[in-house]
Amino acid sequence: MIQLNGIHKVYDDGFQALKDITLTFEEGKINVLIGPSGCGKTTTMKLLNRLTNYTEGQILIDDKDIKQVNPIELRRQMGYVIQNIGLFPHMTIYDNVATVPKLLKWDKQKIKQKVDDLLRMVNLDPEVYRNRYPAELSGGQQQRIGVIRALAAEPSTILMDEPFSALDPISREQLQDELVRLQKEINKTIVFVTHDMDEAIKIADQIIIMKSGQVVQKGSPQEILANPANDFVKEFIGEERLGSALPSVEKLMTKQLFTVYQSDSVEKAIEHMVMYQMKEIPVTDHDGKYMGMLDLFTAMNQSDKSIHALLDHNRKTVALNAGSEQLIADNLFETYDTLGVVSEDNTLVGVIKREQLLHTLQHFYELKRGGQ
Amino acid sequence: MSFLQDLSQYMVENSSLLFDLTIEHILMVVYGIALALAIGMPLGIIAARFERLAPFIISLTNILQLIPSLAMLAILMLYFGLGFQTMVVGLFLYSLMPIVRNTYVGIREVDDSIMEAGKGSGMTPLQLLAKVQLPLSIPFLLAGLRVASVIAIAVACIGPYIGAEGLGKEIISGISLQSEVKIYAGAIPATLLAIIADLALGLLEKKAKKRMALV
Repeated sequence: MIQLNGIHKVYDDGFQALKDITLTFEEGKINVLIGPSGCGKTTTMKLLNRLTNYTEGQILIDDKDIKQVNPIELRRQMGYVIQNIGLFPHMTIYDNVATVPKLLKWDKQKIKQKVDDLLRMVNLDPEVYRNRYPAELSGGQQQRIGVIRALAAEPSTILMDEPFSALDPISREQLQDELVRLQKEINKTIVFVTHDMDEAIKIADQIIIMKSGQVVQKGSPQEILANPANDFVKEFIGEERLGSALPSVEKLMTKQLFTVYQSDSVEKAIEHMVMYQMKEIPVTDHDGKYMGMLDLFTAMNQSDKSIHALLDHNRKTVALNAGSEQLIADNLFETYDTLGVVSEDNTLVGVIKREQLLHTLQHFYELKRGGQ
Repeated sequence: MSFLQDLSQYMVENSSLLFDLTIEHILMVVYGIALALAIGMPLGIIAARFERLAPFIISLTNILQLIPSLAMLAILMLYFGLGFQTMVVGLFLYSLMPIVRNTYVGIREVDDSIMEAGKGSGMTPLQLLAKVQLPLSIPFLLAGLRVASVIAIAVACIGPYIGAEGLGKEIISGISLQSEVKIYAGAIPATLLAIIADLALGLLEKKAKKRMALV
């Protein structure tokens, strides 16, 4: 895990490139730094292998202050993929990939094995490509080599500086897919810089949006799409992408509520449900706090009991500020038809019904298909 | 036709002398350039590494290049005496400029992204120099070597004035004896040497560039 605590960077001319950056790059995740040019995203990444230095603050990698580590050692423990590919044109593909293992003086046999494995991992036949020179490869193939060169010495962290931005759109898509697939195998902590929001949404586990040397918002792609922190983030994401996120919980739920109080009689609750053709009704106390869900048939079978005794207390609720992806991920609707939506202080604010969710999803996917 | 017959007859009859002179000519050039490489490459590397020293180093070698060859050799003769060694020193000074400048340019020309990749991979400055910068500056160095050797072969022709041998001996004695045949007998091999050096090093340069995809 990589932690940045209160990082500031001021250049000699007084320009403040980074202002109080506090961040965590999660272990085994793809962390994407994104923002307009000049926002400090590349600078932030280059702090990690000390290609640039910071003026204030602390960076910890696995709880170790990186200023305590020799920068040369540090860089050898970290993979680095640069924007313009940067393969060594005078070296064969083999020598390029073997760069760091050779610096670390690995055994020759071990290096050869590793290089061949890596070439196969990106679907390049070692027999064909091992002895070629970079200029003999296409742009997409070259950047595949750039990526596996960074993997060769088995670093736990890989820094990628807009690695696919110089490629044609088709190769870019392919390499993004490959990276996501590779990451499932290799599980590295990846710090990935880009200015391309589509790329970030596609590959990221965590997106960190930066502007003028500060972090504006961080979170999973879903969280950011569902709840952009401010107008800058909204604008940066773009209207059409905002539409591509599932509607928020607030939009999915029904606000016009038929509820009964816990102190009401069961007969009254049954009457209500029958009148409005509801199979279930949410129950609250007099302050509007959610108490549970009352099922019509349970109530009819045991109408001599109090509402409190009949409530299904185990039924989960949906938090108002949760992403709707969470709703689907938790798969709550497999067992329940209706779930209560509660605000932070447990006040009932709405309900979400299964049919309603399905209907919205149908509408959402129709729109999405139409939009493409 | 009779001139060509005379010339070929002279060259065949004196072939062993001409051969010796050619060998000596080549040796002077090779020693001079070897010395220039041994000293010029480090100077070029220093100029590239310490940008502030670059103008100083480059202009110094430029000035050396500007001194008329006869004048330079005469001055050197005052200190090194007559003979082979003075010529070698002269050729060394003449070859310095193309070698220093091309080493410097070759290192500076290495693409920033390649340098960043090397640095980011954890190469020390020395490893960066040995594994990346110097190999990538080879085509430039070969171009410098080519210029240097053509100049050196030409300058070596005035060797006899300072007591060195070489093909210049035939040419200069041809001048004093007013012998057309002798002049050609020295001039033709000297020109051939220059042409061969130019072609061979040009070919090497092209090959190196092609391999690194610089063309």
